Amino acid sequence: MTRAPRRATLAAIALTGVGALTLAACSSGGDTDTSSSGSEGSGGSEATTSTEFTYLGQTQNSTIVNTLTSLESGACSAAADGTPLVPDAIDGTTWDQQLQVLAGSDALSNMSMAAGTPSLMQDFIDAGLVLNLSEAFDELGVDGAVLPAAEATLKQLYQTDDLYALPTEYNIEGFWYNMDLFDQAGVEPPTTWSELEDAAAALDAAGIQPFIAAGSDGWPVTRLVGNYILRDLGADALQMVADGEASLTDPEYVAGADAVAALGDAGYFGPAAGSIDYNTAMNQFLTGGGAMFYMGSWALGNFNDPEQNQIGAENIGYFAFPEVEGGAGSISETPANAGIPVMFTTANYTDDIGEWVKCVAENYGNVALAESGQVTGFTVTETPADQSALTTMVQDEIASATGSVLWFEAAFTSEGTTVSQTNGGGLATGALSGAEFMELVQAANQG
Amino acid sequence: MDSVFRNRGATLLMLTPALLVYTVVMLIPIVWSVTYTFQSGNAVTGFEFVGFDNWIAFFGDATAMDALWFTLRYAIVMTTLQVAAGYGLALLYIFFLRNKSSLVRATIFFPVILPTVAVALMFSRMFEAAPTAGPVNTILMWLGGDLTDFLGDPGYSFWVIIIMDVWRSMGFYAVLLYAGLVEIPQDIMESARIDGASGWKLVRKIVFPLSLPILLSSIIFSINGTLKVFDSIVALTNGGPGSATTPLTLYMFRTSFAYGQYGYGSTVAFMLTLLCLIATVFVFRSMRKDVTR
Repeated sequence: MTRAPRRATLAAIALTGVGALTLAACSSGGDTDTSSSGSEGSGGSEATTSTEFTYLGQTQNSTIVNTLTSLESGACSAAADGTPLVPDAIDGTTWDQQLQVLAGSDALSNMSMAAGTPSLMQDFIDAGLVLNLSEAFDELGVDGAVLPAAEATLKQLYQTDDLYALPTEYNIEGFWYNMDLFDQAGVEPPTTWSELEDAAAALDAAGIQPFIAAGSDGWPVTRLVGNYILRDLGADALQMVADGEASLTDPEYVAGADAVAALGDAGYFGPAAGSIDYNTAMNQFLTGGGAMFYMGSWALGNFNDPEQNQIGAENIGYFAFPEVEGGAGSISETPANAGIPVMFTTANYTDDIGEWVKCVAENYGNVALAESGQVTGFTVTETPADQSALTTMVQDEIASATGSVLWFEAAFTSEGTTVSQTNGGGLATGALSGAEFMELVQAANQG
Repeated sequence: MDSVFRNRGATLLMLTPALLVYTVVMLIPIVWSVTYTFQSGNAVTGFEFVGFDNWIAFFGDATAMDALWFTLRYAIVMTTLQVAAGYGLALLYIFFLRNKSSLVRATIFFPVILPTVAVALMFSRMFEAAPTAGPVNTILMWLGGDLTDFLGDPGYSFWVIIIMDVWRSMGFYAVLLYAGLVEIPQDIMESARIDGASGWKLVRKIVFPLSLPILLSSIIFSINGTLKVFDSIVALTNGGPGSATTPLTLYMFRTSFAYGQYGYGSTVAFMLTLLCLIATVFVFRSMRKDVTR
């Protein structure tokens, strides 16, 4: 009996030792992996290679992956030789969350759609995970591939001096309206906020739902709040909030949320506005379910598709977000964004991947415009002959805009963005007052 | 066998492998998670020691308190309803359906095996208000009511979740409690009947006290399951409208993975663990007194 415990202790020690060794082996295995890929990446004059070019996108966006596939068999076939494109897609509703997990475990794809929240992209950039494209372009000899306006928007978005993402879209935002319904109610496209309110009242009186918005997604409603503030207080109003110089709960900011909440309170967004998602809202507009639809020009793809668009592309008009009387902002400052741009990761960046980067930068704009009618932030060298009037109109608007502004949550934290967008629907249904909404968002943004 | 267990060496040797696996997959992650509660940051930006800041922040965080309150409300309402419904069904199986209950049991158990997301999709269609009115709204309007946005209104959406989850889980509790009820010796029931107990009196005096242990297990099961509710709410309302139906688990998930605050997320997780522990001990204590009375 006296010998047994000693043997057991020995056994326990031995087993613990084996366990500890296994753990140690696992962790050191990981380290070796990283260091070997690191040395590959920085390997002197010898050309570095990759066996595949991975791309990760959102299932909701098929334009990017289709364009890349066309490039692979067309303009980029040289780059794809030995380094074929391997695309993958995951759901976009939890995009930022999944991207954080991938980034945290050093598993980002060579190319992927960027984080939706700019502050998260800034974290990635600070952590050295995202390829500096200004430097890469210098090395690769790429020049003038990105439009200066789009480059400026991206740098403003991530608050960087260099370019870290490519504008696979370049969008302007504003109100799209159903011309027939405007004629029926006898209203003209408004240029000021009070004209917008009058138009909505006239449409409502004529039995037409004035606005369509995806309340369950939130952002189509919070965009209105943000734009009102930018028109009323000037282009730097939201940056001042991000810098802590102003608060969303200040009365002049609450006025913006109140203005939108008043539209919701009047029932102008229709019944159950908080339960309408993006696709439903799009479908409502394209089947004549409402008169005004605040949306970005990325929706051109839907507008130009006769199957989806029952009201006809020629029946859709555009007007810029109206001015607020006496406000510091101007109607010519167009809300613009680069959609969800794409980024390249620094991990596993090789000469082969560099070839792809160069090819995408130089050819993406032409292919996306020709095949998907997508207006991008790339320099376009060939304009397709059969381009729709709406697409040309958007290109003209982009060319004539004197300045651009970012959206409501662009400078907010991830938490501020989420809270703003999950509560945006409440403004459209009249469930939240402007002050309540702003308090929630301000608290989350500070948090 | 007895001599094997008396040999401490053999016992240790047999226990160690399991203990080792348990340590690696359970204890180490738990301790790791607890150390996160004293840090801020995430895997991308790196970690920083912040002492008790996360804990102080939790108690001053209105959203966390709302989530805590929602979780408690949900757990209490759900536990009451699903155990009561399950118990009622189990009694129905035993006293009314007797040997013919297997088809009914299978039918009522069926929702348990359905994927949560499918059930949530079905319920969101049933209670839909836009773009088309779902069956519930159609019936309401036919009866002269107004179109109601059940999932867009905080008051209603709570009850839609409750209805869905009770429908989903009552079959499980019915089977669990049924297993306990069939174990009650027939001779005791028989003698009670001879003594003149029948119907409600039989249930109250004989069946209920004798099924208390399995009822206790069900309640502990239910409390712990409902405090940790996640999938059904994410699939049905995603915590909305606003954050009206956000439980602690969803808030923990969002803080950790959407807001990139691993430390604060771990703090929320730890609070949830404490809550489960307290609830279990509380239920266990209060019920044990009853059993021994």
